[in-house]
Amino acid sequence: MDYFLTEEQQMIVDLSRQIADELIIPQRAALDESEDFPTEILDAVAKADLFGIYIPEQYGGIGAGTFEIVLALEQFGRGCVGVATAFAASALGAFPIMIAGSEEMKQKYLPDIATGSKKAAFALTEANAGSDASGIQTTAVLDGDEWVLNGTKQWITNAGEARIYTVIAITDRSKGPRGASMFVVEDTDPGFSYGVKEKKLGIRASSTRELIFKDCRIPKDRLIGREGTGFITVMKTLDKSRPGIAILGVGLGQAALDEAVTYAKQRVQFGKPIISFQAVQHMLADMAIQLEAARSLVYAAAKHIDAHPRDMSKASSMCKVFATDMAMKVTVDAVQVLGGYGYMRDYPVEKMMRDAKILQIYEGTNQIQRNVVGQELNKEYTKA
Amino acid sequence: MKIIVCVKQVPDAKDVRLDPKTNTLSREGVQSIINPYDRHALEEAVRLKEKHGGTVIVLTMGPPQAAEILRESVSCGADEAVLVSDRAFAGADTLATTYTLSQAIRKIGGADLILCGKQAIDGDTAQVGPGLAVRMDIPYVTCVRRIAQVNDKSFVVERLMDDGYDEVEVGLPALFTVVKEINEPRLPSLKGKMKAKKLAITTLTAAEIDADVAQLGLKGSPTWVVRVFAPQLKGERSMIAGTVQEQVDQLAEKLLEWC
Ligand SMILES: Cc1cc2nc3c(=O)[nH]c(=O)nc-3n(C[C@H](O)[C@H](O)[C@H](O)COP(=O)(O)OP(=O)(O)OC[C@H]3O[C@@H](n4cnc5c(N)ncnc54)[C@H](O)[C@@H]3O)c2cc1C
Ligand SMILES: Cc1cc2nc3c(=O)[nH]c(=O)nc-3n(C[C@H](O)[C@H](O)[C@H](O)COP(=O)(O)OP(=O)(O)OC[C@H]3O[C@@H](n4cnc5c(N)ncnc54)[C@H](O)[C@@H]3O)c2cc1C
Repeated sequence: MDYFLTEEQQMIVDLSRQIADELIIPQRAALDESEDFPTEILDAVAKADLFGIYIPEQYGGIGAGTFEIVLALEQFGRGCVGVATAFAASALGAFPIMIAGSEEMKQKYLPDIATGSKKAAFALTEANAGSDASGIQTTAVLDGDEWVLNGTKQWITNAGEARIYTVIAITDRSKGPRGASMFVVEDTDPGFSYGVKEKKLGIRASSTRELIFKDCRIPKDRLIGREGTGFITVMKTLDKSRPGIAILGVGLGQAALDEAVTYAKQRVQFGKPIISFQAVQHMLADMAIQLEAARSLVYAAAKHIDAHPRDMSKASSMCKVFATDMAMKVTVDAVQVLGGYGYMRDYPVEKMMRDAKILQIYEGTNQIQRNVVGQELNKEYTKA
Repeated sequence: MKIIVCVKQVPDAKDVRLDPKTNTLSREGVQSIINPYDRHALEEAVRLKEKHGGTVIVLTMGPPQAAEILRESVSCGADEAVLVSDRAFAGADTLATTYTLSQAIRKIGGADLILCGKQAIDGDTAQVGPGLAVRMDIPYVTCVRRIAQVNDKSFVVERLMDDGYDEVEVGLPALFTVVKEINEPRLPSLKGKMKAKKLAITTLTAAEIDADVAQLGLKGSPTWVVRVFAPQLKGERSMIAGTVQEQVDQLAEKLLEWC
């Protein structure tokens, strides 16, 4: 379907598609096996200016919005969700600075993130704080001119690869939801280290590790925004970033559909290509219908978010749930269309199925997204 | 440093056909691309600029559609683009091509360094680089696989040979033709693409480069393509056996026979 992109948006699509086709797709199976971080690919992405799409021009970026980053991520997701996650996580790490950081902080960090010379990461999750962010135990205490951080963050994407970390910690437990604050931690800060790299079901090209803070001392001005605004910044960050996860589902779904249709046209059983069997055709048709519906919703949500930055939650959560549930279904069906061959590593669809699962879990599980949509509905209908 | 990169628009090797009647390349319906070697020349120029400063100008002689490859070059890091285009250039062989390119380069004020691809994948002569250098009266090195040293007034480069490489020091201004080993060309960048879209391409006609019409296009091209064919290797081979003395004697006899 034609989504009437502007010339600039089409350029972003073309360039990202070229990177996916020429650099990502030829390497994705090897990266999945070796679990190596895709440094070379991300260097090429950096040279192509794509790390700066969403960063304002005054900080060295392109100055485009959520919709444009979504267009790039769709192509990367079509190539490999692991590589795309490593790319997307840098944006997630940068958003708190963009949303709540001071002018000096933006000037200090955003230009390096825009050029891709430094990657960022976002650290919220802890062993006892997953869906329930209020369970975080990491603390930050002001000591003279420095904050002292203690605690452990878990499952942080880009840990060990990023140089800039945005981290939430409790600054005053007595204040409850107003008692947490966000900070920038740099890779070289004293008392900061990484745990072991996790072994994962999918997105194995992305790095997932612990961040360990042991009396980690950082300068006072690393506080993002005002003290006590940590959870607000986290919520705004995730509202802004979720269409990015949603569109990875769309890119992935497209890749799975492409494989399934191509295979169904070639595979002959009972003397006919299997695409001639109605059962297979209907499965492919449903995949295509769900995929296009998801794409339309994500594009619309991204444009809504760019136009209404104060009213993001519902659109953001809706598109995340729909597109990532679609990706799970479509990738499972793609394996079904390929039959036993689909189950083998010689074909890319089994990896796509493994990669799809994470999209329903990270940046807020799909159950939590439904909670958000439900709560927003409740609010809307109370107002009326 | 002012660097001019000569780029040629060529048909994509994937779908080239030869017109059996005219013996010329049939370009109809064929996708055009930047000559692959020229991508490496451009990449090297952009790297030199990034490291040592300067400007990179891409230059092509071709029909108006050749502006496409100039825009693509700008999206990959070139600063300016010059298209030399005129009906009078049609049918140019390497002699006429080098004349036209040299006049254009003079017109835009010369360069410290001119980079070409080793050869074009369609014409395949590998003559344009050296021919252009001769016309500009500057030294040239062909098949450069590495620029090893960049000095104020000279470069040290490695020239790829069949059995290794030569290290050559050459004074500026100079012309190099490059081989693919020299670098890995980058993809376009988003800022480059945006710049390329807005770019005003300088177009020069035969009159604007003060060209002598007799030396242009078909008129200025002494090359006649009589037939194009892939040569067949069908030489006879025989082994000479015996002691060294016997072998030498037999060989001498054979050589005398052939003389
Ligand atoms: C590969 C990977 C990368 C990650 N990257 C990052 C990162 O970069 N930064 C970061 O901070 N975090 C990251 N995470 C953490 C991720 O965001 C959390 O895993 C996610 O938020 C869910 O938390 P949990 O795993 O603790 O699940 P839990 O919260 O323990 O949930 C378990 C199950 O219970 C359900 N559930 C929980 N509460 C409710 C409720 N109230 N209503 C209905 N259902 C509920 C959930 O939906 C889920 O099905 C990453 C995780 C993974 C696996
Ligand atoms: C035997 C023979 C057959 C030919 N057959 C045909 C034919 O069938 N059809 C036809 O149209 N022409 C034909 N030509 C003409 C030929 O394509 C032109 O002479 C061409 O412009 C230059 O030669 P080349 O392609 O061999 O370039 P090469 O000398 O191999 O190119 C080396 C480098 O010179 C530079 N360069 C070359 N051409 C240009 C240019 N136009 N603008 C800027 N830089 C350039 C590039 O950097 C290139 O990498 C033929 C010529 C010969 C000698």
